[in-house]
Amino acid sequence: MPKKLLLNDKSVDFFKKVSELSGEVITLCDQCGTCSGGCPIIDEMDISPSQLMRMVMLGDEEVMDTKTMWLCATCNTCTVRCPRELDVSKVAEALRQIKLRQSFDKINIDKIPKEDLKELPQIALVGAFRRLTS
Amino acid sequence: MSNKQEMVKVFIMGEAHEVPAGSTIIMAFEYAGYQLKKGVGCREGFCGACATVYREKGNYKLQGGLACQTVVSDGMSLVQIPFVPAEKPVYDMDKITPDINTIKELFPTVFRCVSCNTCTKACPQDIQVMDYIQALKQGNIAKAADLSFDCIRCGLCALRCPAEIVQYNAGTLARRLYGKYLAKKSPELKNRVEEINDGKYKKEIQEMKEMDRTKLSEKYYTREIKLK
Amino acid sequence: MKIPYYPGCTLKSTAKHFEISAIESAKKIGIEFVELPRWNCCGVVASLADDDIMHNLAPVRNMIRVLEMNRDGLVKDEKRLLTLCSMCFNTLSRANNRIKKKSDDLDILNDFMYKEDIDYDGSVEIIHFLEIIQELGFDKIEKNVKKSLSNLKIAPYYGCMLLRPKDVGIDDPERPTIFEKFITSLSAKPVEWNNKNKCCGSFLTVDNKEIVVELGNDILTDAKNSGADIIVTSCPLCAFNLDNRQKNIKAKYPEFKEIPVVYFTQLMALAFGLSKEITGFDGNFINPTKLLKSKNIEI
Repeated sequence: MPKKLLLNDKSVDFFKKVSELSGEVITLCDQCGTCSGGCPIIDEMDISPSQLMRMVMLGDEEVMDTKTMWLCATCNTCTVRCPRELDVSKVAEALRQIKLRQSFDKINIDKIPKEDLKELPQIALVGAFRRLTS
Repeated sequence: MSNKQEMVKVFIMGEAHEVPAGSTIIMAFEYAGYQLKKGVGCREGFCGACATVYREKGNYKLQGGLACQTVVSDGMSLVQIPFVPAEKPVYDMDKITPDINTIKELFPTVFRCVSCNTCTKACPQDIQVMDYIQALKQGNIAKAADLSFDCIRCGLCALRCPAEIVQYNAGTLARRLYGKYLAKKSPELKNRVEEINDGKYKKEIQEMKEMDRTKLSEKYYTREIKLK
Repeated sequence: MKIPYYPGCTLKSTAKHFEISAIESAKKIGIEFVELPRWNCCGVVASLADDDIMHNLAPVRNMIRVLEMNRDGLVKDEKRLLTLCSMCFNTLSRANNRIKKKSDDLDILNDFMYKEDIDYDGSVEIIHFLEIIQELGFDKIEKNVKKSLSNLKIAPYYGCMLLRPKDVGIDDPERPTIFEKFITSLSAKPVEWNNKNKCCGSFLTVDNKEIVVELGNDILTDAKNSGADIIVTSCPLCAFNLDNRQKNIKAKYPEFKEIPVVYFTQLMALAFGLSKEITGFDGNFINPTKLLKSKNIEI
């Protein structure tokens, strides 16, 4: 069944917030799908990067409940290929920031097994904590 | 010369009080009628129990200090921090190693440091707190132990840290690791500990135990220090 | 040539062999690394939110150290900051580019750092070791090769952070050649393969190990199918995901065949005839010694 979208103050505010945080002109997106085609992690995502862009463009806050933004590793493959020179990784970061700034932690540091902490190099810990903890 | 005591106005937890100029923050508290049971200790700047957060008139900065060492100024606004409920991991010194693995296991939060330097700014001991956290991040235990040596564990660094790192507990771990595994062993110390255990100084220790405070203090300040 | 050098945290522990092999090889081509005094972690990943200034403090502090080194005479008129780790290179570069574009951000950063002696002015340039080598000329490498690696087929793994985004990348983001030129100058053979720019999963290795196992399997299998004996990288996180995680790949795919993954500087040190302590192959999870011996290359 097609989804009914409501354009109202709330959806407009959400769109504006993501635009400001990302610094991207999200409406430039043509939905060509190049970002999704090149994404190395798309198989693990529930919505594709281009779907993420579309949902933000429509102010659809349900995008916040998808996994995609948390799986973007900021490899920037989409960034260098976008014909509109948009940076999808910045839009994903904006969505993460909305959550993280409300004290949401994607990973709980106290719950990481000790053996994993010992094995992982510092570079992995710092990177993950920056992107995934508040 | 007038005998009248000059007074200054301070705000203790938002309440105005007139206290003698030149008082330390602890003295100001007590003058204003507070009885401190927590948040006060040696009163000599060693124990770190009396962390305080204050702001001087006309300055936007919140500053940290020790209440027994910081002198009040007119218009100062202040509060005592009796305790910091910070995370403190439990570890067995015999089972940990003086390297990065121990830091990753026991203090993974140090990897959240953003190098804002707020901890260093808050430290009443003028320690380069951020630098020793960075040393721990690199696995340089000796450097972290050295840089954090003057820490008195007042907890102000941890209270101000935006990354919720417990700097003073991590620094303590570094110094313990350094002392146990990395520091050069001193044969003199070993000998002296043996002598004490063998009861060689039993008489002297007993004498000191029986001394009154004045005598003990005099003995302490006139002691001889022999350097090799 | 004396140049300010930024190691990064991991090069002081699990990637120590990356640092040692780089420092010693660099000496052979006339470059002396001068480690930044009081450097701090760069933050690994670049700050991306438009209003996020705080996460640029760490990179900028390191750039202030470069200015201090020039002031204190540790280096002479050398404001380039040399990096080995791809992620440090990327994060420092992106922060530097950002404040050059947004001077308001720089003012706020300088104001916040009131305990620093010098204000940062945007004058430092972040460069990667491969760029310096290219600038000096690959013939300089060729001239120093004492041990031929001509039997060795090497897959250059660029990953993400050396190439993307475009404004920081050291080469063409889609068809880079700098690693290939480097490998050729070492007398070895570069392998052409599909996954040389593909992401290894980066920090997802902390909470999404399975994803990294899948990506690693794809990348490593492609390298082997393309005829590579060994893979080179310049990133300690790629090294962890592609080297150490091979045990996790093997656990999931028992038919998986291991392939060594080393830092490009280790092979440089090897070709330059430097000692075992400097090449540091014991530091790699899959030790390449057996492979190298089978190719008649003495360690």
